[in-house]
Amino acid sequence: MIGFFTLLYKELLRFWKVGFQTIVAPMVSTLLYLLIFFHVMEAHVEAYPGVAYTAFLIPGLVMMAVIQNAFANASSSMIQSKISGNIVFILLSPLSYHAIFFAYIIASIVRGLLVGLGVYWVTLFFFDIPLAQPVWSILFVVLGSAILSALGLIAGIWADKFDQLAAFQNFIILPLTFLSGVFYTIHSLPAGWQYFSHLNPFFYMIDGFRYGFFGVSDISPYISLLIVAICLVAISMLTIRMLKTGYKLRH
Amino acid sequence: MQPAIEVKHVSKRFGNVRALSGIDLEIHAGEFFALLGPNGAGKTTLISIIAGLTLADSGSVSVMGHNVITEYRQARQSLGVVPQELVFDPFFTVREILLIQSGYYGIKHNGDWVDEIIERLDLTGKANANMRALSGGMKRRVLVAQALVHKPPVIILDEPTAGVDVELRQSLWDFIRQLNQNGHTIVLTTHYLDEAETLCNRVAMLKEGKIIALDSTQNMIGKLPAGKSVRLRLLPDTLPAALQTLQLSHSGGIVELRIDTYAQVESILSALRSAQIEILEMHLQQPDLEDVFVNMMRNSGNEVT
Repeated sequence: MIGFFTLLYKELLRFWKVGFQTIVAPMVSTLLYLLIFFHVMEAHVEAYPGVAYTAFLIPGLVMMAVIQNAFANASSSMIQSKISGNIVFILLSPLSYHAIFFAYIIASIVRGLLVGLGVYWVTLFFFDIPLAQPVWSILFVVLGSAILSALGLIAGIWADKFDQLAAFQNFIILPLTFLSGVFYTIHSLPAGWQYFSHLNPFFYMIDGFRYGFFGVSDISPYISLLIVAICLVAISMLTIRMLKTGYKLRH
Repeated sequence: MQPAIEVKHVSKRFGNVRALSGIDLEIHAGEFFALLGPNGAGKTTLISIIAGLTLADSGSVSVMGHNVITEYRQARQSLGVVPQELVFDPFFTVREILLIQSGYYGIKHNGDWVDEIIERLDLTGKANANMRALSGGMKRRVLVAQALVHKPPVIILDEPTAGVDVELRQSLWDFIRQLNQNGHTIVLTTHYLDEAETLCNRVAMLKEGKIIALDSTQNMIGKLPAGKSVRLRLLPDTLPAALQTLQLSHSGGIVELRIDTYAQVESILSALRSAQIEILEMHLQQPDLEDVFVNMMRNSGNEVT
């Protein structure tokens, strides 16, 4: 267990030492989104009956910040270690692949949550946002960030170069995030588009997270929870398998 | 006695390149062992397989009796590896790195030993400096320190003195030699054959993925067909007829004569004296590991063991 805690500590320290870049900067860019959408949209939309668009948007943006940073943390830590070669210190050590998996994932969840909490905290000064059922929100934000951390680890292990990682991020993570209902409720979409949204696992994370705030959602939170949990188990198993076989890490 | 490292029939291919073919090697506990060979001979591949960084296509490897695949945690716990490349984590200071590295090996309070290694490797002044701020030689020392945090019984150094200045090389070897005297098994690769000759008691030579020679350093040198020789610069630059049979080469004003014993030097000198030839310079040549190496690499085609 000492090995696991050490790697976790190292991974936490890694982003904490450059906290301005890893926590404050993404908070600022998320708040900019909020400012712009608030300015443009506030007057004319109501997402759910009685829920103003801005109130609806904030949990979406918080979740977006969490999952993007969870992904960024695991993926950039892994690829930097691979490219600079210092991954060798982990590979030479007797750390088990489970320990490596959990240390990277938990550190990335923590970074995601820190950014998300920061964004949420700032918005509290300006907006009145309910938190009807916080347990649901916490559940979804933790599971969602865990999925993205594992995806980040997969991307970091798979990519040989930074541009491959950027491709993974721009062509997979970003579309899935933006089309998951961060900015809109899918009930406002045409039927075909709605159908595709239901194939996007990110949709369930964000919908379930939002349920914790408003007590209203597009889909039952139980169904969302089931889908998110299945995704997490599947992606974690894949990641652990990659670490166990040494895919792209041990030649 | 259980070997420190046991390599059995290990082969490895990278695409079409045969990096290692059927390597068998046993390194005994307490040995100071050198792996020699030209670039691309497979030294680093072999080390990587022992360390678990590379997976062998076939064969098996164990470290202190632990298979590096099935008992990887015990095997890696027994092993300290100094990698060839100057890799480092730019986020941390030297001391942080060493304490983190200790943690990976399950050691919680390692401050005393870490301080001792820092001192022994002359890193005291840099203990709280960020890794980025260190010179190449300093980074190399940190790599050595990192391999030692868990006091591994087996230590592998992959070209540890490449790009290191003479003074550090000396102090590094003093330290490594002391570790060997304290019972650690040391395996090294180096391009400086004189280092291997003075430090190691046994040597394996690799060429094109095969071990072409494996013996004690002394035996290896003793086996050399070419024995000792004496090199002379003479005035006038001619050799008396009596000495012609001993001549190995004669170019650039230097004559090289083969001798079997040092006593022969006496007769050479008297032959020159009676021919009234003056000796301007004289060097005695002894075979060293480098000669063995060159000889082996040249003749290895028909000498595979």
